[in-house]
Amino acid sequence: MLPIPALPAPDFEGWTCPVPLRDSPQIVMGHGGGGAMTAELIEHLFLPALANERPDRLGDSAVLDLGGARIAFSTDSFVVRPLFFPGGSIGDLAVNGTVNDLAMSGAQPAYLSAAFILEEGTDVAVVAAVADRVGAAAREAGVEVVTGDTKVVDAGHGDGVFVNTAGIGLVPAGVHIGPNRAEVGDVVIVSGDIGVHGVAIMSVREGLEFGTEIRSDCAPLAGLVAAMLAVTRDLHALRDPTRGGLGTALNEIASASGVGVELDEGRIPVPEMVQNACSLLGLDPLYVANEGKLVAFVPPDHADAVLAAMRAHPYGADAAAIGSCVPEHPGMVVARTGFGATRVVDVPIGEQLPRIC
Amino acid sequence: MKYLEEFSDPELARRLLDDIHRTATQPWAMMEVCGGQTHSIIRHGLDQLLPDGIELIHGPGCPVCVTPLDMIDKALEIASRPDVIFCSFGDMLRVPGSDKDLFRVKSAGGDVRVVYSPMDALAIARANPAKHVVFFGIGFETTAPPNAMTVHEARRLGIENFSLLVSHVRVPPAIEAIMTAPVCRVQAFLAAGHVCTVMGTGEYPELTERYQVPIVVTGFEPLDILEGIRRAVHQLEEGRHELENAYARVVSEDGNPTARRMLDDVFEVVDRSWRGIGLIPQSGWRLSEKYREYDAEHRFAVSGIDTHESTVCRSGEVLQGLLKPHECEAFGTACTPRNPLGATMVSSEGACAAYYLYRRLGTSPQQRTPAGEVSSVG
Repeated sequence: MLPIPALPAPDFEGWTCPVPLRDSPQIVMGHGGGGAMTAELIEHLFLPALANERPDRLGDSAVLDLGGARIAFSTDSFVVRPLFFPGGSIGDLAVNGTVNDLAMSGAQPAYLSAAFILEEGTDVAVVAAVADRVGAAAREAGVEVVTGDTKVVDAGHGDGVFVNTAGIGLVPAGVHIGPNRAEVGDVVIVSGDIGVHGVAIMSVREGLEFGTEIRSDCAPLAGLVAAMLAVTRDLHALRDPTRGGLGTALNEIASASGVGVELDEGRIPVPEMVQNACSLLGLDPLYVANEGKLVAFVPPDHADAVLAAMRAHPYGADAAAIGSCVPEHPGMVVARTGFGATRVVDVPIGEQLPRIC
Repeated sequence: MKYLEEFSDPELARRLLDDIHRTATQPWAMMEVCGGQTHSIIRHGLDQLLPDGIELIHGPGCPVCVTPLDMIDKALEIASRPDVIFCSFGDMLRVPGSDKDLFRVKSAGGDVRVVYSPMDALAIARANPAKHVVFFGIGFETTAPPNAMTVHEARRLGIENFSLLVSHVRVPPAIEAIMTAPVCRVQAFLAAGHVCTVMGTGEYPELTERYQVPIVVTGFEPLDILEGIRRAVHQLEEGRHELENAYARVVSEDGNPTARRMLDDVFEVVDRSWRGIGLIPQSGWRLSEKYREYDAEHRFAVSGIDTHESTVCRSGEVLQGLLKPHECEAFGTACTPRNPLGATMVSSEGACAAYYLYRRLGTSPQQRTPAGEVSSVG
């Protein structure tokens, strides 16, 4: 093994929000949980190393001016156990994850790359089944996988199959969607039931039986976004609340835009099965992963029409307006409970669940 | 579980709240014993809806918070061994020991696994005969029976590579310790409903008599908690101090005799330290002589544990209701949920973590609650 060059240590003392036991020299699972620890790692370790001043550098995808066109560009890596689960597979996630990240900037996704990191000893039939799902998901999402890569790592150094995808798509003229563009008065709309993917994964991974099978909501959302943009190009912010769930996505937008978000808890669509599973496990559905849902910040004038367009689309049939942006408590998300009291919806610190994706 | 919705009905809640507002003529301080109740109160904002003078003191019933530091350090030491698979409920992984937590042990190569049931740990032991599997048996009378069941089953099935690291605690001695503390502000208790599901209510009439304090066995859904508060307020206003069962749909006087027999067989009562509070006589359980071979402390002669607790953390006073979290000098500065000095800042059931959230919001929760019907929150 090559000697590791001596690097300057990260400036942990300068961190405004220290991670738990911040003298830890090692990465812990919480750094990948999509919550505050992930955000701090990006903010204080990666961004200084990769310095640029792009205003959209923390969005789901970057939007680049290239030869007169506006191109959205995004990448995502997928590590999920088990590889196949009710309602999807790592192949579906790998395609839809990147397609959705592109769609959240309003882009129409066009081309993907796919890289496979395979663990020695994995059945070829399993890899073939994953590849098959990548192809099928790409066809459904209307994108082409045009380049790729394969690597094999020693047995014990991977979890069967890891997949990375990157993708590009064209952003239509007049569309300027970004996590920092939410404004006071915006209506917050979620496209359907939350927490379904996370509970589906847990039910198979932990062998939990809930009476009925819960299937992942894994789905491509570019078509739904196109239907929303057909109503108005003036959508302010979009997020697909994957890891970290709806609660984390709302906090990211509130924080990036400097607005407060006020939720009406009773309007958030949580299926009974998800609610029950979460009650049983001591989890909050607001922080459970989704793979086929988006949350939109829409100017009030267009909210009703956008909501109607979403409900007319198969992936937005259960869309609901769940709250709005307020001038109070900028950067924070507050939920009004069914009893008229309020509670703060904070960002989880590390991971709420074992690794989901 | 559809029936749970009925215990969150806002209209019924309003009726209970109206009764509480009508009945309360003076300030009263009551303690909800169980961390699960604290969580529900914070989750639904129930404390904001009570009359100004009705104060809820968050009690020591969060097992994560009160597990003593030396026990956490023992867990960290055992979990670090290469021949051990260490199993725990998830929320123990982030609790700080003297210099690390279980997440850190895992990241340094320790085999630390989150399980949802202690019986899963036993299954892991069967599947890994070359490893020692240790389950971190913490909690109150509620988690004790399933933990007892693991060693009972381990013996029955001849599984020798399994042991329990036991740090169980019991509620009634804690109530007694709070009532006999030099300063005690608690005027009534909402007893932990699920503890009584196992133990019944027989331990409490004596306490109500001796300390002249009302004890209301209370559940966990919003209406359960409001009903518990309502009954406690009625008792206080009328000068009564009785045991009442406001959770009769689940709790019987007798509790669960089968579970209690299991506890008597597997455990024996010992003095136990509570983190932040100190030693409470007869307040814990350890494995009985008969099952000593399944005791991880016995099996792994853990020595050289040198605990050092934060010198500024005042979680003990918080747990006894003597100090509001924000009155501690370290609150929100040296001590935050991301860098907790004490366990009360770790889990969302911990009083300090709950206050931390509300302080960030400043005064707005009060301002936005109808008609000023709030207690002070942070």
